[in-house]
Parts: sequence; structure tokens; C-alpha cells
Amino acid sequence: MSMTMAEKILAKAAGKEKVNAGEIIMANIDVAMTHDLTGPLSVESFEKIGTPKVWDPEKIVVIFDHQVPADSIDAAKNHLIMREFVKKQEINNFYDVNEGVCHQILPEKGHIVPGEVVVGTDSHTCTHGALGAFATGIGSTDMAMVFSTGQLWFKVPETIRFEIEGSLKSNVYAKDVVLNIIGKIGADGATYKACEFAGETVSKMSVSERMVMCNMAIEMGGKTGLVEPDQKTLQYIKNHSYKPYTVKKSDLDAISMEKMPLDVSELEPQIACPHNVDNVQGISEVQGIELDQVFLGSCTNGRINDLRTAAKILKGNNVNKNVRMLVIPASREIYRKALDEGLMNIFVDAGALICNPCCGPCLGGHIGLLGPGEVSLSTSNRNFKGRQGSADAEVYLSSAAVAAASAITGKITAPS
Amino acid sequence: MKGQVWKFGDDIDTDIIIPGRYLVMRDPKDLAEHLMEGLDPKFNEKVNDGDFIVGGKNFGCGSSREHAPLALIGAGISAVIAESFARIFYRNSINVGLPLLEAPNISEFLETGDEIEVDMAKSVIRKISSGEEQPFQKLPDFMLEILNKGGLIPYVQGKME
Repeated sequence: MSMTMAEKILAKAAGKEKVNAGEIIMANIDVAMTHDLTGPLSVESFEKIGTPKVWDPEKIVVIFDHQVPADSIDAAKNHLIMREFVKKQEINNFYDVNEGVCHQILPEKGHIVPGEVVVGTDSHTCTHGALGAFATGIGSTDMAMVFSTGQLWFKVPETIRFEIEGSLKSNVYAKDVVLNIIGKIGADGATYKACEFAGETVSKMSVSERMVMCNMAIEMGGKTGLVEPDQKTLQYIKNHSYKPYTVKKSDLDAISMEKMPLDVSELEPQIACPHNVDNVQGISEVQGIELDQVFLGSCTNGRINDLRTAAKILKGNNVNKNVRMLVIPASREIYRKALDEGLMNIFVDAGALICNPCCGPCLGGHIGLLGPGEVSLSTSNRNFKGRQGSADAEVYLSSAAVAAASAITGKITAPS
Repeated sequence: MKGQVWKFGDDIDTDIIIPGRYLVMRDPKDLAEHLMEGLDPKFNEKVNDGDFIVGGKNFGCGSSREHAPLALIGAGISAVIAESFARIFYRNSINVGLPLLEAPNISEFLETGDEIEVDMAKSVIRKISSGEEQPFQKLPDFMLEILNKGGLIPYVQGKME
């Protein structure tokens, strides 16, 4: 019987020949990730359950990224809870304050391979579908159950397969494509569905660009984002992971699959306007809006290709005096690469502020918060009211290229 | 369950329910002090034990933070009634023992200030002033059982004993 990629991965994880969308299954978990902000609740719940040892310490990954280094005594206390847990449970896959954002660290350090089931106490865990894994965000109580048993129940999702065709214009990126899709189908347009990104445009995208697409699947309500593994995927895995894997691809006649064709050849840069990610406009509609802050970074667009794109635009220019620009590489490795390639010199010379690898202002709980009335342009994934600080601030979302061009002018600006 | 309605719109996200800067806290009572503060800074002072939150579509979209249902529990909210819910929030709420009721067109039926009664057995929401009723989708039995035990952990502990 024909199955989608999501169904095939979940069937394997449930030890079944086949599963159907809508069916409730118990899946074995391959990777369970938690971080400094939602980890303490997971540990608290795990201790309430009372299992003395986690099911498999090698399958648990703990990453500090939301409040690093600790910006308050409470944050430091949360770090202590997690460090103690990691030590007591003999978890080797622990990345302390110096490594970077969880959704970059997981693939970069080889924890993600195709065909596995990945859960994380972070809604952007869907990012890892870019490498052909079934990856989804869960809460702390569910994570406590995973810590105890290594299993979690799922309702097998239906799939929307976005068949994306057309060559992107210069200065149009994966971020613009995914924002355009979210604008079209809405913040709940894919609720409880696997969002599979396919077609010629996605085949041409780098693994990093595919991560941008999958990262934003949750912003349309998706349970996960997925891209079928191809040679690029397998090359990435070869460079990063020693884990064995299995490649699963969708049967195109699977009954639980809805197809949505899209032509992106005429797409212009897209901007998500306050205060919802589905409030999307073409840049020509919002050009000229004055900015107080530009944030380049996050699990969406803090990767080396984003920094390269931004540096190319910023080279020889200055950040506008009315704007502060924050550049936050998504990991230590990306930071290192950006230093080696001279990108950091360009950012520093332009007057940008470089911060340590972390989530930065994206979660509105650490650095770079906005005051009342301020306007930010951000390469991250959410622009909800109050997301980056004051509830009276406004956040616009864009690609790295638009962020760089706008930092120079101090206004929302299309890169030329 | 009986209480007053506090009505919000569509797409109420987890940053509205509890902003990111408060996630360093874990105690439901501490979190409740900041519940919905981006929309109404004094919301926690107004809300009483047993009250209901009513939303439109896609309630709870956004982050996986379990702090969101915990903040609602801390404020004494007895249930959230909405036209639809985002999936991580839905699962988290049931797991921590907060009932979520899906009721089509509920935002047209109820206004802030309405006193209502929820009958879990009959799956209806009743306006006390007029006696008018609106159905909600019956929860699956296993979810009701989890809610009756006060959440997934007490439910699992009960099974283990």
C-alpha cells in the first residue's frame, strides 16, 4: 500500500508494516532534545514519574541556547538543574553555553539522520525534517515520558506536499518562499499535518535553505516539515554523522497526501508584518518602514550562508546611525567559519554588534529586547505581539538579504 | 464547572499567554501573574478561580512551552473553550490537566462577562442568564481519564500502582 514519507518513518518507529493517517501509534524515539528553558520542567516531571534512570542516555541531547550565558540568577539556577541532570543520568550529548542554537547544533554534531524520529521540547524541532527525519516539538511532560520510556504516542498526520517550481529571482531565498506559503494558507493552514517541501526549487536549495523551509512549518500549524533525502542530504550526513540511517520517500499516490503546486519564479522578497507570521506582504508593499533594530540570526537564518549573504551586502557600507544591528551566528562552528572568511570584519566595520551564538532576541527573554514603540526587522521565525520584548513593539520578519539591505538604510529595503 | 467568560480572538499565541521573558519561572502561581499581560496588564487581578478563557481559531499557536497551560492553571482557569487549538498546546494542556473544549462558533455565542456552566457529561456549555446551550466536541475517553487524574503524570503513576 502507498504511504507518505511521514507514514513510512512512523510505521518503522512503531514496528509496523504500515500505518494510516489518523491512526494512533506508539513510536520509539531515536533522538530526544531539550534545552535550558524547557529542560527544567522536563526534569521536574521526570522526577515526579520516579523512574531512577533515563531510558537511554545516548539518545538524549541537552543544549543550552535560550539564555546563554545566564542573564539572571533564575537562568543560572535552570542551568544548574540541567547540568546536574546530565551528570546524574550520564548524558554525554551535552552542549553547554558555548555551542549555539539547538536546531543548528543537532544536525551539525551529527545527531540527525534520515528516517529517524526526533522530538524536542521546542516547537522549531520540525527543522530537522530537512534531513529526512520525522521531527516534532513536544511539551515538557511528554519529554518526561520519553525520558522514562523512550516512547511517545502520535496521531499519524496527513501530508501536504508543496510542489514548488521555478527559479528564484536574485535576492529571493527559501525564507521568502516559506513566508509566501504561510501567507497563502494561514497560521493554521497545515494544523496537524506533515508539510513536505518538494519540486525543482527545493531540489536546487542547499541543506541550510531546506532547514529554513522546515523550520517554519510550525508557523502554519504543521506537525513537522519534511524534505526527501537526495544526494545533497546524504553528502551533509556523510560530513556530519556516523549514525546508520534509512531513506524514506513518499509514494506520490498515497491517499493521505494533498498536493499543492506553487510557481515561485516571479516571487519578490516577502515580509511577515506584525503581529502574525501569516500577515505576509511583498516587500514593495512595506518598503520604507523605519526600523530601530535589525536582528540577523536564529535557528531560521543564522547559518553561514545567511551571514555570507548579509556580509556581501554590508561590505563597504555602514549600519544606519538610527539602527542597531545584532548579528548572532547560530553556532560556534559558524562563528569560526565567519571569522575565517572575514565576514566578522565586515560586520564589525559596518558597526553591527556581534553576540555569542544563542537564540538572542528571538524568544524575547534574553538579549536585544525591544522597548515600547520600537520596530524590529528580524530573520527569525515569529513576530507575535511581545515576542521580542515590549508588547508595544513591532516585529517584521525577512530573509538575511533584506535584513542587511535594511540595516544600511534604516528602513525596510529590498536588496538591489 | 461554573464561572465567568473572558473572550479573546483568533490565533492567541503562547507569547501572548505567557511571554518568553518569564519562562525562567516554573511555579504556576508565579507564571499566572503575567498571564495575557501583553493584551491586558491587569488580567491576573481581574480573573477569578473557575473562570473560562474563550478563543477563536488556532488558540495556543506557537511555542512548545508548557508554561502556557501552567500559567492558565495558576490563574485558576477551569477550561479554555475555542473553535480550534494548535496541536502542541492542546497536548500540553491535557498532559498538565487543563481541559480544552472545542466548540464551533463559540465566539459568536459567548461574550466577556457571561456566566456559564460546562457540563462535561453532556458536552454542553450553558449560559446561566438565558439557559441557552451550545455543544462542544466530546473528549476521547482516555483524555477524560487523564484530566480526571489531574494530568498525564498522576495518570501514569496510577497505572503503575
